[in-house]
Amino acid sequence: MSAAGTVGAVAQVLLVAAGAPLLVGVMRQVRARLEGRAGAGVAQPWRDLRKLLRKEPIAPHGTGVLFRAAPLVLAGAALVAAGVVPLVTTASPLDGIADLFAVIALLALGTVFLALAGLDTATAFGGMGASREMVVLALVEPTILLSVFALSARVGSTNLGEIVTTTLHDPQLVVSPVSLLAAVALAIVTIAETGRIPVDNPSTHLELTMIHEAMVLEYAGPDLALVEWASAMRLTVLLGLFANLFAPWGIAGTSLLMLPVALLAFSAKVVVLGGALAAGEVFMAKLRMFRVPELLAGSFLMALLAVAASFFLAGP
Amino acid sequence: MRELLRKIIRTGRVAEDPPARPRGTVPGAAGELRGSVQIRHVDAGSCNGCEVEIASAFGPVHDAERYGARLVASPRHADALLVTGPVTRNMRVALRRTYEAVPEPKVVVALGDCARGCGVFAEAYGVAGPVDDVVPVDAEVPGCPPEPEAIVAALRGLTGR
Repeated sequence: MSAAGTVGAVAQVLLVAAGAPLLVGVMRQVRARLEGRAGAGVAQPWRDLRKLLRKEPIAPHGTGVLFRAAPLVLAGAALVAAGVVPLVTTASPLDGIADLFAVIALLALGTVFLALAGLDTATAFGGMGASREMVVLALVEPTILLSVFALSARVGSTNLGEIVTTTLHDPQLVVSPVSLLAAVALAIVTIAETGRIPVDNPSTHLELTMIHEAMVLEYAGPDLALVEWASAMRLTVLLGLFANLFAPWGIAGTSLLMLPVALLAFSAKVVVLGGALAAGEVFMAKLRMFRVPELLAGSFLMALLAVAASFFLAGP
Repeated sequence: MRELLRKIIRTGRVAEDPPARPRGTVPGAAGELRGSVQIRHVDAGSCNGCEVEIASAFGPVHDAERYGARLVASPRHADALLVTGPVTRNMRVALRRTYEAVPEPKVVVALGDCARGCGVFAEAYGVAGPVDDVVPVDAEVPGCPPEPEAIVAALRGLTGR
């Protein structure tokens, strides 16, 4: 634990909190330009959030504590994850809980609460969205765990900070078959977990094809703002985790001087990944709901192969 | 995929340059929205002529989204209701409930001649009346169907951009 680590951890939470809506804005802008449109501008998600915060909060008739608590839990879990995951610094004072299992559980906690809130509204679409989200989550979780486990096997620790540091000191690890297989698996589950095409369409208006949107149909005003902000932060954290597991260069350690560089490097990595994701979406249609498990099973197989390879190729 | 990429590069930007900002006062409570208006479209009995024009207004050429307007899937997410068609008997209660589900501050836009005064469907047996009879209307867009330019101008009046 060092002063630089503490400053870095605070800086990365602030950066994720302020930058996540901008990332969503960049992704929408990339899509708009590829579709020949002009786009609403990068700051539009922040304008939407500002307006939603000033609107009247409405809780539907018959909903309970769960419906009101879910956005807070979701945003809280995303903020803690933003502080724990090594995005900008590996020397965070929270490094002790930057454990692979803890982080995955944190992100799942928010999803589960949102699904429960969807059920709490007792509308047909809320229940449908919740059940679909659980299907996706049940298939995504083992893949995330396995693929990060494959990366942790050669380090001998499930601590994310240590995995990142080891890759930093030993760059040839990135091009090993273990890394490549795990990268493909993790990319697919990141797309599924953040509700992007081809698993879910974030801008759909058709209730029958919704997953994430169907659960939040009943939220209004400040609650909706929290949910959207938290979703943006999850996207940023997952993209940042993906970037730093496979390309950790630029991340700050215990040096305070590296911090501005690390902040810039992290922003650049996440914007590049987000832009690529948005550009890829233009070329793809959403998968049929019943084909999604096949895609996720494929990514699980990749993760399994990565784990197997990490033990076979470990050597004596 | 390569075909599509080539087409994207060849087509470039199709959005037309934005026309000058329409003058006039901001209707109703839209002044509090400041640059971001989520819209829920309600078809209260339209012939779908207006829907085609709405799709066109949000298409690449007119691109209403660049002014901060966005169509959403739920009235709870919305700031504005975009109502088309004369209100039919079957849609009267539904429109009323949709209006009540929108959180304050909210505005209602009556789109097309049918929504404003029943248009060609006036005095038809299934029609309950114009939108104004069911929910308070803040802005109107005349036309049968209204041109996408007129729809975009009305939406810019709401977003103020």
